[in-house]
Amino acid sequence: MAAIPDSAPAARPAAADNYLTHARGLMSWIFTLDHKRIGVMFLALIWVAMALGVLFALILRAELADPGETIVSKNVYNRVFTLHGAVMIFLFIIPSIPSSLGNFVLPIMLGAKDVAFPRLNLASLHLYVFGMLFFLFTLFVGGLDTGWTFYTPYSTETNTWVIPAVLGAFILGFSSIFTGINFIATTHMMRPPGMSWFKMPLFVWSLYATAIIQVLATPVLAITLLLLAVERLVGVGIFDPDKGGDPVLFQHFFWFYSHPAVYIMILPAMGIISEVISVFSRKHIFGFKFIAFSSVAIALIGFLVWGHHMFTSGQSPLASTIFSLLTFFVAIPSGIKVFNWLATMYKGVVHLTTPMCFALLFLILFGIGGLTGLFLGAVAANVHVHDTAFVVAHFHYVMFGSAGIAFIGGIYYWWPKITGRMYNDLVGRICAVVVLIAFNMTYFPLFIMGVRGMPRRYHDYERLLEKNPEFFDLNVIASVGGFLLAGTLLVLAANLLFSLVRGRPAPANPWGAATMEWQCASPPPHDNFASPPPVTDPYDFGNLTYDETTGGYVSAP
Amino acid sequence: MTEHTACTTDGHGANAHPAWLAHHFHSARQQYESGKLGIWIFLLTEVLFFSGLFCAYAVYRANHPAVFVDGHHLLSTPLGAINTIVLIFSSLTMAWAVRCTQVDQRKAAAVLLAVTLLCAGTFLVVKGFEYHHKWKHGLVPAHEFAPDEQYLESRIGAHEDGSTLGRDPAQRVRNVRTFLGIYFGMTGLHALHVVAGIIAIVWVLRRTVRGDFNRQYFGPVDFVGLYWHLVDLIWIYLFPLLYLIH
Amino acid sequence: MSDSTTTPQTETHDGDHGWIHIVPARVLLAVFAALILLTLVTVAVTWVDLGDLNLWIAMFIATVKASLVALYFMHLRYDKSFCTIVFLASLVFVFLFIGVVLLDTLQYQPDIQQWQRDQLP
Repeated sequence: MAAIPDSAPAARPAAADNYLTHARGLMSWIFTLDHKRIGVMFLALIWVAMALGVLFALILRAELADPGETIVSKNVYNRVFTLHGAVMIFLFIIPSIPSSLGNFVLPIMLGAKDVAFPRLNLASLHLYVFGMLFFLFTLFVGGLDTGWTFYTPYSTETNTWVIPAVLGAFILGFSSIFTGINFIATTHMMRPPGMSWFKMPLFVWSLYATAIIQVLATPVLAITLLLLAVERLVGVGIFDPDKGGDPVLFQHFFWFYSHPAVYIMILPAMGIISEVISVFSRKHIFGFKFIAFSSVAIALIGFLVWGHHMFTSGQSPLASTIFSLLTFFVAIPSGIKVFNWLATMYKGVVHLTTPMCFALLFLILFGIGGLTGLFLGAVAANVHVHDTAFVVAHFHYVMFGSAGIAFIGGIYYWWPKITGRMYNDLVGRICAVVVLIAFNMTYFPLFIMGVRGMPRRYHDYERLLEKNPEFFDLNVIASVGGFLLAGTLLVLAANLLFSLVRGRPAPANPWGAATMEWQCASPPPHDNFASPPPVTDPYDFGNLTYDETTGGYVSAP
Repeated sequence: MTEHTACTTDGHGANAHPAWLAHHFHSARQQYESGKLGIWIFLLTEVLFFSGLFCAYAVYRANHPAVFVDGHHLLSTPLGAINTIVLIFSSLTMAWAVRCTQVDQRKAAAVLLAVTLLCAGTFLVVKGFEYHHKWKHGLVPAHEFAPDEQYLESRIGAHEDGSTLGRDPAQRVRNVRTFLGIYFGMTGLHALHVVAGIIAIVWVLRRTVRGDFNRQYFGPVDFVGLYWHLVDLIWIYLFPLLYLIH
Repeated sequence: MSDSTTTPQTETHDGDHGWIHIVPARVLLAVFAALILLTLVTVAVTWVDLGDLNLWIAMFIATVKASLVALYFMHLRYDKSFCTIVFLASLVFVFLFIGVVLLDTLQYQPDIQQWQRDQLP
């Protein structure tokens, strides 16, 4: 199989009419019903949210590089970690893959002209913008200091700006719900003739499983935040023991959504990995049905484990035991997926393009992140490491190291399709290696410190240095790693943006993939397809040969 | 919206797209069934949305059953029953309006939708009376909760419901507050959904009068109807849970 | 899957009308009558004191009413079964949520009551 060449064949202009050129003017973007434009706008906004979240993270790491108070006071530190968490979770990770890549790719993967409800899709985008504005407002008026988890009783009593933030999250929740409704309906109703569920790409399966969680779990978050806002405004007393309420009830309400939410984050990422690993190993995905069913299994079992965030909250031992047992079960489908991906690569012909490098990075970091989840699932160990840096490391390995890295890989995979441009692959690959090093520099020390007692959400650890002098060095390593990581993200983004100006025009199918989105031009026309292309096995590459003149793959006649 | 109106020369072969068939659907059936699935998933989210309040209810009633027994004396069962019947009737008129739309009886559909709106309005008016009554006796659980002691005594103290908690006035105030918090939370959220339903029904009424619907395109009326029936469904549970406690 | 009580379409269309189902008026009225009757029954039952059973009877009647609304007014009886699955799925998750939370709070109520007793002089 030919490698993907860097040298450009004769440059050709982009297709005469594509979705980008179809209509002009700001209004044609703000009120578009085209899922591709909506996906692109989401992508741009999500990058802004990520940048904001990274900025907050850098402030935190700068503060923690030195034991005492470094650049911010403890009150400001509390606000910074709260907003870092809230922005990253609600504005970045949860919408990241479904709303940007999912919106763009899903209909085209099904040979459809659009999602089932284009106006609902536009509403989802507008709601995202409103949610973002609420968060920005919260930021400008001084932020809040409750932690992104808003636990009562502190969140009902603090005089920081809780209500705008929870209203922002409430609005963002509806953005998420609308996307979920759209994807479920689209998957059920708009597949082309001949595409059974088992001929559907695994990315679609993963978005479907994600959508199930979005519609079931997010409404519970909505009512929780509404109750919190009402509690602050009116003082009903539902979470206040003095008034007959129960603060642990808040935690049950909150985590009933927020645990499944982490599966909203990881499932689409796993879908991307399924696509990328198969294409760049030039081999049919191993265990299609296992991967498909495991996505749904994760979605459903994920609803049964929320109490593992509450082992130390005063939850009853009976509930804790049940939740711990179920937590071990939810790891199984994830393990099945990892084995299937490895089996896909085995005896394949691996092409180390940037997307593939990020997929491999995913396997490493998800391995660590997922396994450390098991430590946290065991009640006895959890009591020891709850609210320490261990937890922080675990969730950064799975949220950033897995979901975030897969997101980057996905952007790099579909970038030629979305923009019609090829980027510099070498830069991407080098960045992947730097990310591997920088990521582990930043977060691995946190595992070590956490086990040794370093609490999370603390801005100062001078008193801990007496018993644990190594915290000093470990924090410095983590902070250096953090800045290196942020710099690499910048380079990754710049690489893509540069391609918009100088990248060679992309062929329809640069990677030789067999899913339908690679059958239309890059960038796609407004309507995607006049009529859906014939349905084939999405992971059968036997029909594709490399064409030197276009620099891409074409179906053999 | 501007991109998908009347594409009569769309090149879809012999059947050009009528104005009411969206560009990305290939048949009226696909459009209708997609919309139906979509609205049912939305109703699923609404059920989960209310579930938080039902959960709070379950937790507090399980832990403090006497509070609920006492508290329900503050509610008027006749008014609750009237509201139940009004909503059930409005569900009938709504379902009938859908039927009329399906058989092209435009006027009848419009009248039935208007009657549904009237019922919705009646529901809110009755609710308004109930809320006003509570407010008058200081029974709204806000930061300053100062209920009318005599009123509480007359409603709760008079009943030998077996609640020893009700005997101590200070404890009674505290317990009543919890009950009322849940009462206002559940009925208030429900009332907000009634208001949203009114807006939606006004919208389909307008479109009905304008002649937008036909035998092949009646989805919006049907789907707004489904939402309205869910609002009724939730009240069917709220009524016994709040008003019929013994 | 759909009941063929449709009225015949006379205009020229491309065939397939099996998907349009119109509920007969008498069915709507019958369901309405049943709902009103059940409402009266549920109020009447409260005049009889059966202790804890009252709540469960009320919930049972409410569920019967809800089923009538869902099956006939909301069409589930005549629709594709997937819609029913969606609706029932929501209830499954609601019961999961409420069930586990109740299980938890009921477990530690004895501890709270013990603490309250200990506070008394």
